[in-house]
Amino acid sequence: MTKREWLQKNYPTKERLGRFSTVSDMEVDPIYMPDDLPPATEIGEPGEYPFTRGPYPTMYRTKLWSMRQFAGFGSPEDTNKRFKYLLSHGQTGLSTAFDMPTLMGYDADHPRALGEVGREGVSVSTLEDMERLFDGIPLDEVTTSMTVNCSASAILAMYFAVAEKQGVPLERVGGTIQNDMLKEFIAQREWISPPEPSVRIVADMIEYTWKHAPRWHAVSISGYHIREAGSTAVQELAFTLADGIGYVEACVKRGLDVDSFAPRLSFFFDVHNDFFEEVAKLRAARRLWARIMRERFGAKKAESLRLRMHAQTAGVSLTAQQPMNNVVRVTVQALAAILGGVQSLHTNSMDETLALPSEEAVMVALRTQQILAEESGVANTIDPLAGSYAVEALTNKIEREAVAYIERIDEMGGIIVAIEQGYPQKEISEAAYRFQRAFDRGDKVMVGANRYQVPEERPIPTLKIDPEMEKKQADRVRAWKKARNGSEARAATLRVREACESGDNVMPPILTAVKKGVTVGEISDVFRQTFGEYRDPAWV
Amino acid sequence: MSERPLRILVAKPGLDGHDRGAKIIARALRDAGFEVIYTGLHQTPEMIVESALQEDVDAIGLSILSGAHLTLFPAILDRMKARGLDDVVVFGGGIIPEDDIPKLAELGVHGIFRPGATTEEIVQWVRENVRPHAS
Repeated sequence: MTKREWLQKNYPTKERLGRFSTVSDMEVDPIYMPDDLPPATEIGEPGEYPFTRGPYPTMYRTKLWSMRQFAGFGSPEDTNKRFKYLLSHGQTGLSTAFDMPTLMGYDADHPRALGEVGREGVSVSTLEDMERLFDGIPLDEVTTSMTVNCSASAILAMYFAVAEKQGVPLERVGGTIQNDMLKEFIAQREWISPPEPSVRIVADMIEYTWKHAPRWHAVSISGYHIREAGSTAVQELAFTLADGIGYVEACVKRGLDVDSFAPRLSFFFDVHNDFFEEVAKLRAARRLWARIMRERFGAKKAESLRLRMHAQTAGVSLTAQQPMNNVVRVTVQALAAILGGVQSLHTNSMDETLALPSEEAVMVALRTQQILAEESGVANTIDPLAGSYAVEALTNKIEREAVAYIERIDEMGGIIVAIEQGYPQKEISEAAYRFQRAFDRGDKVMVGANRYQVPEERPIPTLKIDPEMEKKQADRVRAWKKARNGSEARAATLRVREACESGDNVMPPILTAVKKGVTVGEISDVFRQTFGEYRDPAWV
Repeated sequence: MSERPLRILVAKPGLDGHDRGAKIIARALRDAGFEVIYTGLHQTPEMIVESALQEDVDAIGLSILSGAHLTLFPAILDRMKARGLDDVVVFGGGIIPEDDIPKLAELGVHGIFRPGATTEEIVQWVRENVRPHAS
């Protein structure tokens, strides 16, 4: 029976809702049938073009995804302790959250850092902070992800310097630095300088790590923040890949061969509540990126075409009300991520709408992944959802709609122009507002928040940050600046400025500078002075 | 004489870039008929109070998700006092732990909206708690 025949036979009929749509407000059909399937070549085989079924042939039968819980708070010692706690409980990689001053390129002793040191992540201003953060953690054995963007060059230089001190050669240091500035302007919104020079520094880092740290991912092209800012699944996919196109263009423009650096590009997606939409989005991401790399950039190596991704469950989907329910949401989202074929996963803790996660909450989140990996059996069959009429149809639909967005951005003159005109930002704001109105009306349900509320709730214990820690961190930075060789530090800072001005790669002088004691804030000051400061256009 | 529409400053103090909430609130307040000015991100207490003065607002809505509310809210309120903005109502929202709500109330921030609040609740609160100040 064809879909049309089936629909004619069973419809019209009375349904329980007037309209069935995903969390992104994408309408779904009541049923999908064999005639919804794309040609077999569109689905393909795992590990082969167009990679719909996964980047590797044998997927989780060879290697499970990395369980990588994003962690960071307080002083470097506080976070070091949390890292060791996670590693001792079976976590297989590290992921570092920095505080807002570090993310915006201000040292802990800067007036703008007041009240924010160690609050939303760990405070790192100096090489000594970085050494404390990774104290006793062998950087040749553990891979680390670091979520930092506009100040990423200084942070990466410090990480490399710590590896060198541990006697680990750069060729053996593995990990990822987020370093995706385009999505900062679109969604996460931590910046120093305008888009053009920001992208140039990203390209400097891609070039430097390709040459010197071949196991390092110099950029993690991120949809997570775009989605958390309120985008739809299609927008998340489209704007992320458009950002990816922006970086590839910047690297190709400076004469790099696409097959040299493309294998080191990595991606980061959100995984929200709507199960099939999310699985389809991750599959569409791989297929669309493979096409873009082959058709648009002429990439030839299989490694350049295969999109590898980290995923995180959706913070925005969690509720402050009845927080235990969040464990269930996270489980469903993590399952979608696994069935979507991710290489690495963070599961959110139940208390994240209240505070940074407590040790107990993080443990449940990690255990959720371990239960899915080792009890549920879902990792035993490679891409078990392939061929599902619904999943394949949604994969096609999401890909098609994402292509339309990317074409629109191409017409505008590329992603930097689109960002300068506020196009992705406004599209996301619209979607966020639409969702909020639907939530307010009760059309979109969040259990415990706008349906099935309870009047009195028992609070759960949350993590508290020691208010003394801020002063201690600020004092340390001041002492550090006093103790270093001032003239050497000044000379090294000047070299960074010269590279910024001349167009030479900024990474070598930044590496020298951090070893001479120059801080994250001071390197960021050089960017502010040479490239200017970006200001929020404050579009509503 | 008909009452003029309320003027509200929606402000993002501190360094965090989470502006989804602030922008949604700004839009919902505007749709409810108020005049809304949005500061944009990364504002210092001084910048916020200066904007409030220049724009002659009746209320300031602060959005903060960085955990720095117990430092930045008092700094803003102190500065408001120093600049004579005694009749401007302050409300706020974001990732604010339950335990901190009484501390903020003591400072004079009475409307605190946490995750899950609807825009209607906030609009209603503004209607009930903000009056056009004498100018």
